[in-house]
Amino acid sequence: MSIVEFKKVTKRFGALLVLDQIDLSIEAGEVVVVIGPSGSGKSTLLRCINALELIDGGNLIVDGISVRAGGSKVRLIRQEAGMVFQQFNLFPQMTALQNVAFGPQRVRGLSRREARRQAREMLAKVGLADRVDHYPGELSGGQQQRVAIARALAVKPKLMLFDEPTSALDPELRHEVLRVMQALAEEGMTMIVVTHEIAFARKVGTRLVFMEDGKIAVDGSPSDLLDSPDNVRLQEFLQHVA
Amino acid sequence: MEFEWTVVVDALPALLKGARLTILIALAGLTGGLVVGFVSGLMRAYGNAAVNGLAFTYIELIRGTPIVVQVMFIYFALPTLADIRVDPLTAAIIAIVVNAGAYIAEIVRGAFLSVHKGLREAGLALGLPVWKVLVYIIGPVAFRRMIPPLGNQFIVSLKDTSLFIVIGVGELTRQGQEIMAANFRAVEIWSAVAILYLVMTGTLTLILRVTEKRMRIL
Ligand SMILES: Nc1ncnc2c1ncn2[C@@H]1O[C@H](COP(=O)(O)OP(=O)(O)OP(=O)(O)O)[C@@H](O)[C@H]1O
Ligand SMILES: [Mg+2]
Repeated sequence: MSIVEFKKVTKRFGALLVLDQIDLSIEAGEVVVVIGPSGSGKSTLLRCINALELIDGGNLIVDGISVRAGGSKVRLIRQEAGMVFQQFNLFPQMTALQNVAFGPQRVRGLSRREARRQAREMLAKVGLADRVDHYPGELSGGQQQRVAIARALAVKPKLMLFDEPTSALDPELRHEVLRVMQALAEEGMTMIVVTHEIAFARKVGTRLVFMEDGKIAVDGSPSDLLDSPDNVRLQEFLQHVA
Repeated sequence: MEFEWTVVVDALPALLKGARLTILIALAGLTGGLVVGFVSGLMRAYGNAAVNGLAFTYIELIRGTPIVVQVMFIYFALPTLADIRVDPLTAAIIAIVVNAGAYIAEIVRGAFLSVHKGLREAGLALGLPVWKVLVYIIGPVAFRRMIPPLGNQFIVSLKDTSLFIVIGVGELTRQGQEIMAANFRAVEIWSAVAILYLVMTGTLTLILRVTEKRMRIL
């Protein structure tokens, strides 16, 4: 069974049709890279998966649960689908350690002690063992984003959603975040990544989805699509971002 | 005219008694005002149309009328209107609760709504219910932002207690007025009263400064 399954999903903001009858199945272990022009619906696609946006038509099943199931069921989906935001969105009143321990303690119900132990482990994994007691304001953008990844991973999700995780970062800080994401992919994590990092799509992605006007215009293997795009709009788009 | 220190010394016990009452009214009133303010501020920020409208009406009624009128209403009009009789001290405390509550509600609402919506989404995305996001994530950030305007409101309310002279509560201003009426030493008495108010507001300011330093505003 697919871990994420879009069935004719429609999403509108007022009169604007943002997702137009999307059909898309994602299997466990896939690393799906989503690209497309601004406003094509990439973020919305991602945010429908963990029900930060409610869908208007069709159905969307995540790990066996419909995003329309409501309340506590939706919270189960969110626990299985970690999200990393473009703007990090770390909790500013908490240290890196507290940010990461927060989910295990308040969502998974672990003891404070055990939550902190796991948080330390997670922070070490993203290369921040020496920054556990720093507040977000005291960390660089790249470090903040790695804390945010650790925070999402600490809840032990089956699936990770990334919405332009490196777009807010200076170019020289991007690689440290991309490296963490690559390591995660190599461990077998299922990932859906909205990004303009074409090199990452080629190297780490197992599948590339090109969105346009709320539709999936192209869906295939990254190397095939990047080396010989037969879709004209994709060709144009790639020339723009490269 | 000489400044007679003995007048101040003689008046001091009565003035201090008044100051104690001022502190009592302010403390009790602001404690209640915080509760009322938090509830109505959150109703404004997150309530549905009906709940929001209720809080809005309360806030606008209070902000649109002077506190002297409010306490007169509580003390003189309520007994006639609803047969609710309260002593002057209770009326004074209720007036501060109701009055400060309305202003604090706006402070609370503003602080909660000023918190970046990304934090709410990050909390929800972890799988938390909305109330936990408010209690553990938005609340603490909002609370820090409330400290400066709350401090301001505390000082305003403390000074507003002097208006309760109109219903005869024996707070600091009333005590000064009574002593003055007996000895006609306006300079000494009102200087002493002013300095006592400054000591109280100064202490409050100091406490707020320390709190603000301890908690970085985020
Ligand atoms: N909350 C909202 N209310 C109204 N319109 C919205 C909202 N969120 C997104 N939109 C609109 O929906 C469309 C798709 O937005 P979305 O954020 O999914 O695009 P995107 O592909 O992620 O773009 P970008 O590359 O700029 O991030 C855009 O036209 C956007 O203006
Ligand atoms: Mg986007």
